[in-house]
Amino acid sequence: MSDKEPLFSKKNLRLLTDPLNSKNPITVQVLGICSALAVTAQLKPAVVMSLAVIVVTAFSNLIISMLRNTIPNRIRIIVQLVVIAALVILVDQILKAYVYDVSKQLSVFVGLIITNCIIMGRLEAFALGNKPIPAFLDGIGNGAGYGLILVIVAFFRELLGSGTLWGYHVIPASWYIDNGGWYSNNGMMILPPMALVTVGVIIWVQRAKNRELIED
Amino acid sequence: MDKNGNAYTFIYASVMVVLVAAVLSFAAMKLKAPQQENVKIEKQQSILKSLNIEVSADKAEQVYKKTITDSYVVNTKGDQIKGDAFTVNLKEEHAKPADEQKLPVYVADLGDQGKKYIIPVRGTGLWGPIWGYLAFDSDGSTIFGATFDDEGETPGLGAQIATEGFQKQFAGKSIFNSEGKFVSIFVAKSSEKGKANPKHSVDAISGGTITSKGLQKMLQVDLSKYTEFFKKIR
Repeated sequence: MSDKEPLFSKKNLRLLTDPLNSKNPITVQVLGICSALAVTAQLKPAVVMSLAVIVVTAFSNLIISMLRNTIPNRIRIIVQLVVIAALVILVDQILKAYVYDVSKQLSVFVGLIITNCIIMGRLEAFALGNKPIPAFLDGIGNGAGYGLILVIVAFFRELLGSGTLWGYHVIPASWYIDNGGWYSNNGMMILPPMALVTVGVIIWVQRAKNRELIED
Repeated sequence: MDKNGNAYTFIYASVMVVLVAAVLSFAAMKLKAPQQENVKIEKQQSILKSLNIEVSADKAEQVYKKTITDSYVVNTKGDQIKGDAFTVNLKEEHAKPADEQKLPVYVADLGDQGKKYIIPVRGTGLWGPIWGYLAFDSDGSTIFGATFDDEGETPGLGAQIATEGFQKQFAGKSIFNSEGKFVSIFVAKSSEKGKANPKHSVDAISGGTITSKGLQKMLQVDLSKYTEFFKKIR
């Protein structure tokens, strides 16, 4: 890779777009499932969680890639963990200071970004062997791929479970049984198991469309 | 220098740890003020919520100052003692012997609806602490409104104590019986419905028994300390 390679060359663009689809960390690699189940009952926390993960994957990839030639091989996992943990603490502190209500909803899950396997996976698989800019883009791409699934799941869970989107009522109040209508929210959608089912459906749809992803 | 040698590894690790520590402590110092402000605003919002006043975060301070006309600290004998009600840490107070505890009281003036006394409570649910605020009418017994919150109760089950449906039940209940004896509020499971006086009880959350009973105990313990105070304001 020459230094004159443009920032958005075809190769670099693929780093951004592949994780959205054929290399998606959640639906294809099935990483980071735990937090995907926990924070997707509503859209707003899902979006904030996604942004937080994008920031952490992008910058930890960037930092590790810049340090990649100096890191002693024997303690590289520890170095990776320190970088991730420091970034996550920063994100958590910033959320607490500027978007307090969201930070309360996410509570422990921000801290748990540290254990999100997507991040360490990308550091080991990509950042240690690539230059900073591609590593940064790879981080954004994978964070966004994670976020995309989170937002899709949260969309359906909030719509069917609470009848709202982003906190606004979208199902007319007159439809509800309480008001003499025929509709009722599905309380199951709020509970974590339905997030797993929703992720399963997404995986199914994706593999039905893209047959290359089907394993033997 | 040998990159895989012990010396290099030790120096690398030490420098990294010091750098990271410096960055994190700097951030913590810089962000402390807005974080504390958020905690304060949340507390003001909760106190107002027990009076059935919902305000957005940016208006909380203003509405709080207008509504809460007075606040002070009392002891278990119901006498006013020195201290600032808003900064009393209930967790620390609960660790002290009962007669040394500082008990905060907030007084609100709602115009036509009269004077209200707001009492903070704190206890334990299933997974962690639960807390809340109860607003009492000036008879020192009838609950005007209540709000509860939790740190980590099970979503959909125990965490339902933070929903309006549960909290609304408290309005109109009284914590003293007709003979003036302190009875607190009984949080009744459906099987216990028969033995509970509807004037002094609310429905528990199905599937959230331990949280519900924790809440009942929290009210029993914390409100009983105010018995003398309530008798004085009556």
